[in-house]
Amino acid sequence: MSAAPMSPAVLMAEGPGTVVRIHGRQVGDRVYRGTITFSAVCVPLLVALVGWEIAVAGWPTFRHFGLSFLTSSDWDPVKERFGAAPAICGTLVSSAIALVIATPLAVGVSVFLSELAPRWMRQPVGFLVDLLAAIPSVVYGLWGIFVLLPLLRDPVMPFLRDTLGLGKTPFFSGPAYGPSMLAAGLILAIMVLPYIASVSREVLLAVPRAQREAALALGATRWETIWRAVVPYARSGIIGGIILGLGRALGETMAVTMLIGNRQQISASLLAPGYTMASLIANEFSEASSDAHLSALMAVGFTLLVITIIVNAVARWLVWRVGGGAASKPL
Amino acid sequence: MSARARGRLARRRAVNAIMLAVLATAAVVTVLPLLFILVHLVAKGASSLNPAFFTHMPEPVGEAGGGMANAIAGTLIVIGLALACGLPVGVGAGLYLAEHRGMWLANGVRFLSDVLNGLPSIVMGIFAWQFLVRPVGHFSALSGGVALGAMMIPMIARTTEEMVRTVPPSLREAALALGYAHWRTGVTIVLRTASAGIVTGVLVALARVAGETAPLLFTAFGNQFWSTSVTQPIAALPLQIFNYAISPYDDWHRLAWAGALVLIALILVISLIARVATRARFDTGSGD
Repeated sequence: MSAAPMSPAVLMAEGPGTVVRIHGRQVGDRVYRGTITFSAVCVPLLVALVGWEIAVAGWPTFRHFGLSFLTSSDWDPVKERFGAAPAICGTLVSSAIALVIATPLAVGVSVFLSELAPRWMRQPVGFLVDLLAAIPSVVYGLWGIFVLLPLLRDPVMPFLRDTLGLGKTPFFSGPAYGPSMLAAGLILAIMVLPYIASVSREVLLAVPRAQREAALALGATRWETIWRAVVPYARSGIIGGIILGLGRALGETMAVTMLIGNRQQISASLLAPGYTMASLIANEFSEASSDAHLSALMAVGFTLLVITIIVNAVARWLVWRVGGGAASKPL
Repeated sequence: MSARARGRLARRRAVNAIMLAVLATAAVVTVLPLLFILVHLVAKGASSLNPAFFTHMPEPVGEAGGGMANAIAGTLIVIGLALACGLPVGVGAGLYLAEHRGMWLANGVRFLSDVLNGLPSIVMGIFAWQFLVRPVGHFSALSGGVALGAMMIPMIARTTEEMVRTVPPSLREAALALGYAHWRTGVTIVLRTASAGIVTGVLVALARVAGETAPLLFTAFGNQFWSTSVTQPIAALPLQIFNYAISPYDDWHRLAWAGALVLIALILVISLIARVATRARFDTGSGD
């Protein structure tokens, strides 16, 4: 597409006016190319800069505590002893709860929208699901504090613990505070659902028609067609979407900070308060007075950064593989 | 048909009916929280919404009334700064991605855009703090705008790329054949043709960062007073909602609900403008 370079002789032959114009055009092209190339290079630079700044700030902590920073649950800013285990553990547990709840719903709604729903229903329902992604985290947190927590504290948690008998397991034992791992997991489930649903819908729509027609022609019911012919074809894309949702859940901050209870402890009970890496940073960063405390929080941020980059890279790879580019639309 | 075969068929049909019902239920259950949240927002927020909410400053606890004028102005300023940071770089990177498909740099940039897009917003917050707040010595609107702008870059770049790819190659070739320079083709033909889609993408990105709180906690920081200076701490709606929500005061809870309603309305209006902008150009009914 780029114009062949012109020799000076050709330029001269066209007369002085043309030379200026063609020369000017080459300058313009060079500026244009330079500008867009620079913009593009900004992206890797930004990623590197973010990683570098946070790594440098967290480095003293990693050097001082080594791996025990990740495994110790001792977090005492006054004595300057820091261990991120409760936050890492809480991040993983709350995200796991979110995925367990959100995955079946998200895959269900996307299968419903791509395979079953009448045409007039697809756009509005799809729009409503997308709208879930547009609600800011802090509004989820507000709603969680004033609507979800009272609901959990009163009917739901006692019901789970006493009536269903789940209280005999360590996972639902102890007093039912509102703010808890369960509350955080629930709100995260609502928040990551639209991301999983959107990727799933995308890859389901990329399944070739023939796949469905063949199954139906062999006498399969609609459910058998979906379960045996459509979903397996889209499987790795759907898994990619789930992992993408996991990436979101790991890094969600405000709603979790408002609902998880913010306590440095590892408890088997989902009814007990906990902490996540993001909520730890959100809570303590502006109050951190010592350099050691700040560095420890930066180290937590760096750990979160590394985990989410790995998770996102795996997810993208899975989605790209199934979609062959068709499903690589930005989110 | 033997009895066994009939039984099997009946069972398959039953499973079919049950599973289809389960799928439909999943759709209903998914939409329910959204309706819940919207209903609560309107029920609890609308009663505190009055003209004073938009024109008055926050009152100390215990004094009735008061509004969030500074937070509304602050949010507009911060997202304006974010737009100024994110728009040029995002559109430029998107053009590059569309024009250099398949090249290693483009593939790398595309991948890193998606990585950047998936970074937790709180990480952007501590990055902006370390990069802009710590060296300067105090919080500022600008650092908040940079944090949000950095979050917009990958979103804008990827939608710009998608939109530029929909421009027919023949259009570009025609311009080049008529003697348009490469850069003029890019700016006046390709960008203009794709502009409606790009505007949509930019507005969607704007709507997404408008509600972000975490990156502002340590950058814009919030401000109880009226401030429009970009070098000073500034109030923002999401921050104010957060602070009021976790406070123990009923008055502030009411303001938090009203603020959330205003924030959602702002985001919906931006999204709506995005849709209208798309329709105005592509009114052939192809949908989006």
